[in-house]
Amino acid sequence: MAFQILLNIIISFSWMFLKNEWTFADFFVGYFWGLVIIFAMKNFLPGRFYFERIIAAGKLLFLFLKELLLANVQVIRDILRPRLDIEPGIFAMPTELKSEWEITLLSLLITLTPGTLVMDVSDDKKVLYIHAMNITDADQAISDIKNTFEKAIMEVTR
Amino acid sequence: MTETISIFIGVIVLLGALLSLITTFGLIRLPDVYCRSHAASKSATLGVLFVLVAALLYFWIKDGFFSARLVLGIIFVFITSPVAGHLISRAAYYTNVPLWDKTVQDDLKTKNKQKIVKEIKNS
Repeated sequence: MAFQILLNIIISFSWMFLKNEWTFADFFVGYFWGLVIIFAMKNFLPGRFYFERIIAAGKLLFLFLKELLLANVQVIRDILRPRLDIEPGIFAMPTELKSEWEITLLSLLITLTPGTLVMDVSDDKKVLYIHAMNITDADQAISDIKNTFEKAIMEVTR
Repeated sequence: MTETISIFIGVIVLLGALLSLITTFGLIRLPDVYCRSHAASKSATLGVLFVLVAALLYFWIKDGFFSARLVLGIIFVFITSPVAGHLISRAAYYTNVPLWDKTVQDDLKTKNKQKIVKEIKNS
């Protein structure tokens, strides 16, 4: 991915050299043509077309903001309810993600999802231990959310 | 600066302040460290975020001054506060801070205990 971005920047600089004009707008036009060229040559380059990944990252950011808002609504509801009606617990969740970078991102996202907080990652990096505020209604819903998060992260990284 | 925009910014500031207040209620009311850390790591993040966004918008619209430092601040708070919540609750668990009585499930207990004990002794 980094290689493709670098290639794209080199192409846009060659565009600026060809036009002999040194403005940001020309850089942008060159970048656009570089994107077209890289898209045309994507079968010869290693990895996926990188712009797809950038779009996936944007989707992930959007998902993150949405979950943050939902998480807060739920926490506020739990706190302000007159009778404290929570059932906390710790459950284990197996994960398919491999690299440390992906696992860090996943635990950040989980921590900001409704009612869950990552407590520990097992030593072989296959299980996440998560503290949930409402474990009864959460189990199924949480595994769904995890699937969407894990999928979104995989879209970005591979 | 038009009236609607200033009202909008005011609402954002008040929401942020309200969220911080609710976080404080949560810290007082909730029964154990782990539940408190839920409240602290979520509502406080969004509360600070709202206040910073409102400050950013205010100076941008009023003075035409776009403060990149506030944007950086938002990003830093976003990244660091869940990590802090995680580390605090993890440290609490491994120094044997008890869970609440009504806690229903504890999968972490079955994790290899000896290794953890060794880890604590070494540190």
